[in-house]
Amino acid sequence: MEAAHDHNHDHHEPTGIMRYVTTTNHKDIGSMYLWFSFMMFLVGGVMALVIRAELFQPGLQVVEPEFFNQMTTLHGLIMVFGAIMPAFVGFANWQIPMMIGAPDMAFPRMNNWSFWLLPPAGILLMGSLLAPGGAGGVGWTMYAPLTIQQGMGMDMMIFAIHILGMSSIMGSINIITTILNMRAPGMTMMKMPLFVWTWLITAYLLVASMPVLAGAVTMTLTDRHFGTHFFNAAGGGDPVLYQHIFWFFGHPEVYIIAIPAFGVISEVIPTFSRKPLFGYASMVYATGSIAILSFLVWAHHMYTVGMPVEAQLYYMFATMLIAIPTGVKVFNWVATMWKGSMSFETPMLFAQGFLFLFTIGGFTGIVLAVTPIDIQLHDTYYVVAHFHYVMVAGALFAAFAGVYYWLPKWIGKMYDERLGKIHFWLSLTFFNVTFFVQHFLGLAGMPRRIPDYALQFADWNMVSSIGAFGFGLSQVFFLYVLLKAIRSGEKAPEMPWEGATTLEWTHLPTPAPYHSFETPPDLRS
Amino acid sequence: MKAANLDNQNKTLLRKLVVVALVMFAFGYAMVPLYKKICEVTGVYDLIKPDEIVNTQIDKSRTVVMEFDANTRSQVGWELVPVEVRMNVHPGELVHATFRLTNPTDTIFDAQAIPSYGPQHAAQYVKKLECFCFTQQKINAHETRDFSVVFVIDPSLPIDVGTVTLSYTMFEIEGTRSTVDSTVEVGFRAFKS
Repeated sequence: MEAAHDHNHDHHEPTGIMRYVTTTNHKDIGSMYLWFSFMMFLVGGVMALVIRAELFQPGLQVVEPEFFNQMTTLHGLIMVFGAIMPAFVGFANWQIPMMIGAPDMAFPRMNNWSFWLLPPAGILLMGSLLAPGGAGGVGWTMYAPLTIQQGMGMDMMIFAIHILGMSSIMGSINIITTILNMRAPGMTMMKMPLFVWTWLITAYLLVASMPVLAGAVTMTLTDRHFGTHFFNAAGGGDPVLYQHIFWFFGHPEVYIIAIPAFGVISEVIPTFSRKPLFGYASMVYATGSIAILSFLVWAHHMYTVGMPVEAQLYYMFATMLIAIPTGVKVFNWVATMWKGSMSFETPMLFAQGFLFLFTIGGFTGIVLAVTPIDIQLHDTYYVVAHFHYVMVAGALFAAFAGVYYWLPKWIGKMYDERLGKIHFWLSLTFFNVTFFVQHFLGLAGMPRRIPDYALQFADWNMVSSIGAFGFGLSQVFFLYVLLKAIRSGEKAPEMPWEGATTLEWTHLPTPAPYHSFETPPDLRS
Repeated sequence: MKAANLDNQNKTLLRKLVVVALVMFAFGYAMVPLYKKICEVTGVYDLIKPDEIVNTQIDKSRTVVMEFDANTRSQVGWELVPVEVRMNVHPGELVHATFRLTNPTDTIFDAQAIPSYGPQHAAQYVKKLECFCFTQQKINAHETRDFSVVFVIDPSLPIDVGTVTLSYTMFEIEGTRSTVDSTVEVGFRAFKS
C-alpha cells in the first residue's frame, strides 16, 4: 500500500504541520478544506443545539435573548460560509484535477492561500462572541439598519466575510482556470464528468456574486464608522437597498451551495445504477439555466418590503421558472435509475435521501415563490423548514454521499458499510423529526429568530428539539465511522464500485498517488 | 515550451477573472444610484418631490380618516408632534396638516423628515403639494416651529381603506450639530475678520 504513495518527490518537502502550512498539493489542500469544513460543521451544529435547547420549551430557560440572536446569526454564517461551501471546495480540489486528467490545480500557491485564509476568518467569526457586546445578533442576512446599531463584534463579522469572500473568489478563479485550460487531450467540454461541469458553473456564480456581498458589507462598514449613509434613512439612504444588494448575492449563493451537490449526485447515481447518466447534455444546460436564472429572481426573498405589484409578479413567475430546469435534473436522475441494476451502498442511500428530501424542499420553495402565500409565511418556521430541506438534506446529504463514495480513492481504505448505513438511517430519521414538523409550526404562524413562542407551538418545538439533538449525535457518529475507516478500515480494492466510469477510478490506482497525472492521459480515440 | 504556453494561458484567464470580480464589486456600488433612479422612474421613490394632481373633484360621499403620527431619531432631546392627531377628510379635498417641532436644547442642527404610511400601499394615494419633508430643515436652539403638509387624498384610493396613517420620522443629519455658544463664537470670529 505504501508503494502506491509516490514519496520520491517530497524528500525536500517539510514534514509535520509545516507540510500542511506550505503545501501546494491539491490533495492535501482538499483534505484540509474537508476537515476544516467538518470542524466548522460541528461548531455550527453546537450553535444550532443551543437554539433548539432554548426552543425546547416556551419561555426563556437556557440563554439570554441577545445570545440567542448571536447564535442564530453565527449558526447561519458558519454553516453557509464555514461548512458547506468549503466542503464542496474540498471536493473540487480533490476531484477536479483527477477527473479531467490534470496534475494539479492551475495556481497551486493561490490554492494554498485560499485555504489558509479560512482559519483566520473562522477565528474572527467565533472570536466576535468575546467582543464587548458579543457577536452581531442580526441574522446571517445582516440587514440594515440593525447592523448599524451593533457592537464591534459586527465589525469582526464584516472582516470575516471579506476574508471568506477573498478565499472563495481565489478558489473559484483557480477552479475555472483548471477546468478550462488543463483538461487532458480528448477531454472535451461535453465529455467532462458532470461534477466538473457543476463546479465550473458554480465557480462563475461565485466570481460574479461574492464581490457584490463584499460591496454590501463594505457599505455597512462605512455606514457604521465613516459617516456614509448608504442604508441610513436619516442621511437619505435606504435600508431596503441593502436587501436588494444582499439578495443579489444571496440568491446565487443558494445555488452555489446546491449546484456542486447536484454534481456529486450526478456521479453517485449512475455509478450505483450501473448506467450512464440519463440526458447528460440536458443536465449541463439545466445547470446553466439555473445559474443564469439565479441572478434574476433575488427579490422573492423580500416580497414584504412594499414592492410594486408588477415587480412582485415578475419575481414570482421568474422564480417558478427555475422549477423547470430543476425538474429536468430530478427527472434525469430518476431516469438514470430506471431499469438500472441498482445497489444501495451508503453513498447511494445518501443520494436517494437527497433526491427525496431535496425535492420536498423544492416543492416548498415553489409554495414560497407564490407572492400572496409568501407574504403570509414570510419569516416563519415554514421558511426555516424549506431552506433546511435544501441545505441539509440537499447539500449536506450530497456531501456525505460524496465522502463515502470517494473515501476509498482518497485513503485507500473502506469505511464500515454497516456503520455507514446506520449513519444514513439515523441522519434521515432525525433530520425529518427536526425539520418536517417545522412546516407545521410555520403554517401555524410561529415566527423565526425569536427565543420564545406562544404556548400552542410547544409540542412540535419539543419534537423538533429532540430531533435536532439526535441529528447532532448522528454526526458525531459519522466522525467515528470516518476515524474507524482511516485507522482500521479494510484495504480498498482497486475498483470498489463496479459502475464507476470517471478517470480517477479508471486511470489511477487506489488510493490515488500523491502526484497523479503528471503526464496527462490521452483520451482521444 | 508547452508548459510555458499553459502558464501564459492560465495567467491571462486569471487576469480576466480578476477583472470580472472587480467589475462585480463595482456593480454592488453601482446598484446605489441605479436603485434610486429606478425608484424615481417607477414612482416608488418620490419622497422629496411634490406630486402632481390631475383630478380635483371632491368626493363628498366618502370620508377617510387621516391619522397623524411623528417621531424623532436623534440623541438630542427635541420632539415632533402632530397638532391634529386625527381628521376626517373627503377624497379630492385639499388638506392642511401641521406638525409642531419643539427643541428645548442649546443645540442647532439640520433634520430631515421621512414619511411612512399605514397601510403601506396608501402611500401612492396621498398626493403631497407641499411638505416640510421635501427639504432638510435647519433647527435652531430653543425653537418651536410649525411645519405644514398640504395634500390631497386621491379619489382612486381603494374603497376598503377607511383610515390612512401618515407618520413622519425626523432624523438629525449627522455632522450638522452645533451649540449656541460655538455659533456665537463663529459669528464673533467672522465679525472680527
